[in-house]
Amino acid sequence: MSIMSIVSAVLYLLLAPFVGGILAGVDRIISARMQRRMGPPLLQPFYDFLKLWDKEKQEVNPAQGWYIGGFLLFVVLSGVIFFGQGDLLLVIFTLTIASVLFVMAAYCSNSPFSQVAAQRELAQAMAYEPMMLLVAIGFYLQCGSFTVGDVLHAPTLSILRMPGIFLGMIFIFLIKFRKSPFDVSMSHEVHQELIQGMVTEFSGRTLALIELAHWYENIFLLGFVYLFFGAACPLAPVCGLVACALVYFLMILVDNCCSRVKWQSLVRSAWVITIILGFGNVVYLMIFR
Amino acid sequence: MSYFTKSPWLVHYDGSSCNGCDIEVLACLTPLYDVERFGIVNTGNPKHADIFLVTGGVNTQNLSVVKQIYEQMPKPNVVVAVGTCACSGGVFRECYNMLGGMDKAIPVDVYVPGCAARPESIIDGVVKALGILEEKAKQLALAKGKGEEA
Amino acid sequence: MDCFFGNNLTWLPGAVMGLDIIAALIIFYYTFKHRYYWIGALEAVQLALILWFESAYGHSLAGSSPFIIDKLVWVMLAIATVIGGSIVVFAIGYMEEFQREHPDVADRRAFFFGVMVVFLLAMFGLVMSNNLLYMYACWEITSLCSFLLIGYTQTAEATANSFKALWMNLLGGLAFAIAIVLMGSQLHTVELTRFLAVGSGNRVVLTCAALLVFCGFTKCAMMPFSGWLLGAMVAPTPTSALLHSSTMVKAGVFLIIKLCPVLSGNLVGLMTLLVGGFTFFFAGCAAVSQSDGKKVLAYSTISNLGLIVCCAGVGSYAGAWTAIMLVIFHAVAKSLCFLSVGTAEQEIGSRNLESFDGMICRIPRLAMCMLIGICGMFLAPFGMLISKWAAMKTVVDAGEPLLVLLLVFGSSITMFYWSKWLGKICTYIPTKEKLGQTIHGVQWSSLWLLAYLVVALCAVFPLLSKFVVSPYLGKIYALPTEVIAENNFVVTGLMLLVLLVMALCYGRGCKQKKVLTQLAGLNNGDNQSYEGALGIVPITLNNWYLEDWFGEKKMCRYGYQFCIVFIVLGLIFVGGGVL
Repeated sequence: MSIMSIVSAVLYLLLAPFVGGILAGVDRIISARMQRRMGPPLLQPFYDFLKLWDKEKQEVNPAQGWYIGGFLLFVVLSGVIFFGQGDLLLVIFTLTIASVLFVMAAYCSNSPFSQVAAQRELAQAMAYEPMMLLVAIGFYLQCGSFTVGDVLHAPTLSILRMPGIFLGMIFIFLIKFRKSPFDVSMSHEVHQELIQGMVTEFSGRTLALIELAHWYENIFLLGFVYLFFGAACPLAPVCGLVACALVYFLMILVDNCCSRVKWQSLVRSAWVITIILGFGNVVYLMIFR
Repeated sequence: MSYFTKSPWLVHYDGSSCNGCDIEVLACLTPLYDVERFGIVNTGNPKHADIFLVTGGVNTQNLSVVKQIYEQMPKPNVVVAVGTCACSGGVFRECYNMLGGMDKAIPVDVYVPGCAARPESIIDGVVKALGILEEKAKQLALAKGKGEEA
Repeated sequence: MDCFFGNNLTWLPGAVMGLDIIAALIIFYYTFKHRYYWIGALEAVQLALILWFESAYGHSLAGSSPFIIDKLVWVMLAIATVIGGSIVVFAIGYMEEFQREHPDVADRRAFFFGVMVVFLLAMFGLVMSNNLLYMYACWEITSLCSFLLIGYTQTAEATANSFKALWMNLLGGLAFAIAIVLMGSQLHTVELTRFLAVGSGNRVVLTCAALLVFCGFTKCAMMPFSGWLLGAMVAPTPTSALLHSSTMVKAGVFLIIKLCPVLSGNLVGLMTLLVGGFTFFFAGCAAVSQSDGKKVLAYSTISNLGLIVCCAGVGSYAGAWTAIMLVIFHAVAKSLCFLSVGTAEQEIGSRNLESFDGMICRIPRLAMCMLIGICGMFLAPFGMLISKWAAMKTVVDAGEPLLVLLLVFGSSITMFYWSKWLGKICTYIPTKEKLGQTIHGVQWSSLWLLAYLVVALCAVFPLLSKFVVSPYLGKIYALPTEVIAENNFVVTGLMLLVLLVMALCYGRGCKQKKVLTQLAGLNNGDNQSYEGALGIVPITLNNWYLEDWFGEKKMCRYGYQFCIVFIVLGLIFVGGGVL
């Protein structure tokens, strides 16, 4: 482990909440502008977070908060492994623990709204997981290593040989970012059919923690986008950051253009995309090493 | 300083009414009025909300429902009664099953009259409620401080 | 260290022959009693083959080392002893309760425990044998014992299922017998080590390997032979636990892992990994649609065995490493799952997953054991997942895109069915009814032992790799490779630590205001019902089983079709070269 990787992991740990919060604020403003509204101030997500933190603590059962604590912990841990230039598969598996803990948090309340949402969350995890794994496998085939550090120092731009995997990943990021049309289990949109889905039974601090975890997660998911542009070339970081910004904008655009689909369509479309774009690209990489 | 006034989330409940005020409440979310400018979000979930926006009056059937929703809101919270029916029972006041305005069920902090209440007055009422929310938050913090000292 | 027994055991071949004959006689007795004559015929053919072979070649094939105990054998012995042992101990308490609950089932506990012990002994013999004739004898005994254990309750269903298990395993035994005859007559050896030393360039070796792999398939319930393992669910739980985790199916994969060196990069290997991969995927899918706890476990076993077989089929160093690791972790976690489901069935009166609702409140300690078992099957710091990680790497390195696809989809689907089960038992439903008072002390001791083992094995994973698996493989493969980089173990260790600390923090939060769950203001006050228009309506929440997508019949049909095609093609292509 180099000094560089430790520094970037620590930076992630400290800065991700701020960058993530600001990105969320940008998201809300751009969405509002797309709907011809003014939208809230840029720092609104932080106001929301701090307000939630100050609210009275209440719970449905004592287990709830525990799962959410674990969820946040493992989301942060997976981000730290990612920015600490660890193993990509390990990052994905750690993120899986986090999402399982989150699902359990929703399950344990025994409330119909959150349990139905938990089932949907599991179904969508089943939908996006194969593509996430194929992303890691694609990098392994392209760069000969699962390690983030090696991927970043690849001799050529990875995206040139992995366009299918890139597009497939963008597709499932709509699910991971909880954007329409794939916000079936929870979303920030008002009044969805399951009230607030997975987070129905949370309030105050636990809700704030969920929001925080979401910011941490968004940042390192964008990190995956950046990986596709990681190369020894000096212009690569600029390309990477621009790509992250564009992908984020695309997410917001799609969010505002689409209505929510049924979970069945979500799973089917994610799998079809995974097989055509992701798997097709993996086959290409395996044949033309 | 507290952030309650900067991010008031509200939950909206409609009691015995003609649904006119309901539609006006939703009108506040439209681009013309855009309440999100003030950080106001219509959550639809009492557990996330700071402001309980009620339209319509209380009858024997929805009494327990209103009480339960109010109970599920974490403190500090405020109740805004929107429209004449919520304030006093309105035209339904003399019905056999009516109990009257929302204050018969839960403590109301701000009354917004009108039949139906205009979006401007609803927003005005919510902004007024923010002052009370701030006040309640302070009292809560004080009570908590005392509790810790004792 | 490898130990070799001397070859002065002159009485042994005769004794082994005797065992063959005794086993065959018992099988004849049962097949005639229940009029399954064709199954008897199946046994008769292979017995005749073996006896003829023994008389024709037996004396000329005196090998030098009939038994070998290497590190892999130690692992298998440890699994059979510790896990098999704890299952037998568990059974003492379990069977007492079982007989009480099923007064209609004749109390044949002495017979039951006797067969179990013979089963374990046969397993010992099987893993230690280097001489295939000895292994064959033990193989037959395990088939026979499983048959007897499955049919324990003597109901019509149990009898039918036990014969299903018998014929499938005898089919494998027939393949084994043919392989022995072929090997003895063509290669003039019946010892596994010498056989492997010939190398995969020889067509006869390939054919024998194909037959032995086929035999392994029947034993470890690869599709299309998965039926017997599901049928075995009618037996009392300790039987299923024993069959699924430490013995029987592990014998099948053990044989295939032993054959690993000759499976690399040839048709037999291809057949093995395709059958394994497809079984992994389709059995995993079928598990989604099951609500019977034991059936989910059964399909998950088949699925995981498929993964093991698939890795072994790759035949590389990494493949063998992964397969062995999977065997170890699967044995521990799966036996824990089985024992806790069996205990829960006795306490709750049903093994339907829906009836496990809120188990964490009703039987907290048992739910804890089940939780650890399930997490051990699919979550990250635990061994199964780490091995799955290695499996993914192995398959990618092997350059099999189709298997990569099966593996990534299969593991996502695996996550789905385990998580929903996990959610079910962790649902928080406060209750005054406390169950679990009647669970026998020995049951607890087995459950806790296994639960601690799951966690402990996760911690010693790197040591296991370094001191047990790698040395064994180092002797077989010239170029040892690092399957998972060591600094990753630091991270997984850290994760385990985090989980343990979290577990200690459970319930330490400050007192908070309790609120009702959100039911649009209509919660009846107990979170379990609401006031509807027609009065109080109770809430029932069921898991998703996605019958339309992952229906058991559909998945099995696809799986069977694919696997039958692969097996038939494999045997034809490989066998065609010799005959």
